[in-house]
Amino acid sequence: MTSSPAARDPQDRGASALRLVWVYPDLLSTYGDRGNLLVLERRARLRGIPVESVLVNADQPVPRQGDIYLMGGGEDLPQVLAAQRLRADGGLAAAAQRGAVVFAVCAGYQLLGSEFGGDDGQPLPGLQILNIHSGRGQRRGVGEIIADVDPSLEVPRLTGFENHQGTTRLGPGVAPLAQVRVGVGNGDGTEGAFAGRILGTYLHGPVLVRNPGLADLLLAWAAGQLPPLRAQDEAWTQALREQRLAAVPTGAAGQVSKPGPGSHRR
Amino acid sequence: MGKLPLRARVATTLGGAAGRMSRLAGRGDGSVIGGVIGLRVEPDLLALLAAGRRVVLVTGTNGKTTTTRLITAALGTLGQDVATNAFGANMEAGLAAALGQAPDAPIAVLEVDEKYLPAVLAATRAKVVALLNLSRDQMDRAAEIWLVARRWREALAAAPGCRVVANADDPLIAWAAGAAADVIWVAAGQRWHEDSWCCPRCGSHLSRDDLGWRCGECEFARPPARWVLDGTSVIDSRGRVHDLALTLPGQANRANAVIALAVAEEFHVDAVQALPRLREVTSVAGRYTQVERNGRQVRLLLAKNPAGWLEAFDVLDQPPVPVLLSVNAQEPDGKDTSWLWDVDYRVLRGRPVFAAGERRLDLAVRLEADQVPFELAESVDDAVDRVDGGRLDVIANYTAFQQIRVALGRAA
Repeated sequence: MTSSPAARDPQDRGASALRLVWVYPDLLSTYGDRGNLLVLERRARLRGIPVESVLVNADQPVPRQGDIYLMGGGEDLPQVLAAQRLRADGGLAAAAQRGAVVFAVCAGYQLLGSEFGGDDGQPLPGLQILNIHSGRGQRRGVGEIIADVDPSLEVPRLTGFENHQGTTRLGPGVAPLAQVRVGVGNGDGTEGAFAGRILGTYLHGPVLVRNPGLADLLLAWAAGQLPPLRAQDEAWTQALREQRLAAVPTGAAGQVSKPGPGSHRR
Repeated sequence: MGKLPLRARVATTLGGAAGRMSRLAGRGDGSVIGGVIGLRVEPDLLALLAAGRRVVLVTGTNGKTTTTRLITAALGTLGQDVATNAFGANMEAGLAAALGQAPDAPIAVLEVDEKYLPAVLAATRAKVVALLNLSRDQMDRAAEIWLVARRWREALAAAPGCRVVANADDPLIAWAAGAAADVIWVAAGQRWHEDSWCCPRCGSHLSRDDLGWRCGECEFARPPARWVLDGTSVIDSRGRVHDLALTLPGQANRANAVIALAVAEEFHVDAVQALPRLREVTSVAGRYTQVERNGRQVRLLLAKNPAGWLEAFDVLDQPPVPVLLSVNAQEPDGKDTSWLWDVDYRVLRGRPVFAAGERRLDLAVRLEADQVPFELAESVDDAVDRVDGGRLDVIANYTAFQQIRVALGRAA
């Protein structure tokens, strides 16, 4: 797995645990977002890295000393409320500034940027952690998504599910996480974004479950080079990955489903 | 039927014929196709069919079918015909079909899909609306629940003649019902908190204690309740305590029963009269049915979403009774299995667990993460064959449940 130059060696951690911070599970946890935390915990522990998980509710300050921050998806109204609270709190932006890993999904991904579309599509200010701009697209993207990751990250093809009406434009200094093979992603053929150790994606909910390579990338950014897992610890995950990749024909990039009545979730 | 305009009469007659043909052709119970054809001929059919009747609408994420059945049972004491969509066909066509099949029933008890409540409320001018709960459900096709709650608020505010019976313990329900002119609050409990940690008004964290929930920042709090579910008993609107003693298992069904009792009171059916009728309800559309298979007692539990799984775990037999979990991701199930990660499976440790269904690999990875030992099973019979004891509980989502009922020969 890739490790960034500044990543620490796990041996240097001493007794201190890897601190996972789940931001606003009470407001931004729409569909299985807990899966990402559980996968990171499991894959760290299987390698002997002690883990400490902190769940930060919307009425609590975001701690600034975490190693990996997770932010999930949310409906329109909770997303607007989360943006107001996170901007006022400032903890997540400070942690990102300090070099912590930030991994955000769907509504959380949009929140990282300078702007996102509110509950009536109106532009609202984001957290300005990542130089991206999001808004509401014409059509809703719902379904399986497959995307090939930027080769520099050395992460295998992504498989996941997306359910959003957002479109995202990347500004200077930010690279697409992947190129869409099937699905919608950012809306221009690219999917997700990253800069430094900040990474976001439209693959929603428990995206790390089907993409252990992405989970290990985040762990390596925070904890340094990782030994591989034993084959029996990967068997079910690999079987699921293969089944999902095989279930979705990759001949038809850019397919969009019709917008559902009255739904504006992202 | 004589009071219906000609066009509506033609529409219901055509619809009825199509329903009969559909049943003869072996396609379902024929309850929807008739309504579809009827609505195509007469778009206002639902309003015409509902006119002059006292209509109860039942909606919420979980418990619609069961609560509708319980209300119908309670109102049976009135000795009048009750029109009802007993088989869960809960969109406009299903409702029109249910009313069309019982043209002379003065009362209608109808379960309504959450998204359709505003339109159905406007069309039927319902006397009572029962609001049960709201939680995440099949999000690739259903509307988001905060948005549903907002639409309900608008619809209820525009229906001043309607009385709402609402679960005060569910904050999103309380927010939605709060817009209505006339609300009977029922403290029916809430096990699933994952969709209501935050205040629907201001977004701050909600605190919870024995008295219910309240917002830490604004004034929003659980409204005082007229009916209270207290463990296995109900405290009625006059302060009397009754033991529920239902045949249907679990806390979720006790919650459904208390809502049903509160609705029945709106028809002057007292809890003392209604309760014996509720206790006679043993299974609802195959749910909770027990069937014998190769000498084992197999019990079927339907769980369509995370809150439903929590309810199903509540009624499981004690370990070491084994459990078969079966998950599909077809259109009616929702094609996205992300919700598996919202269910806490650790409660299944200490009993044999079988994983089945078209998405059993998703289930396998989920159970592994929760350190729940499991084996894959090819089918319900495969699991039955591998069970040591005399019992097997089955929890399945929608199409997986239907497949298992078929495999068990519709005995279920």
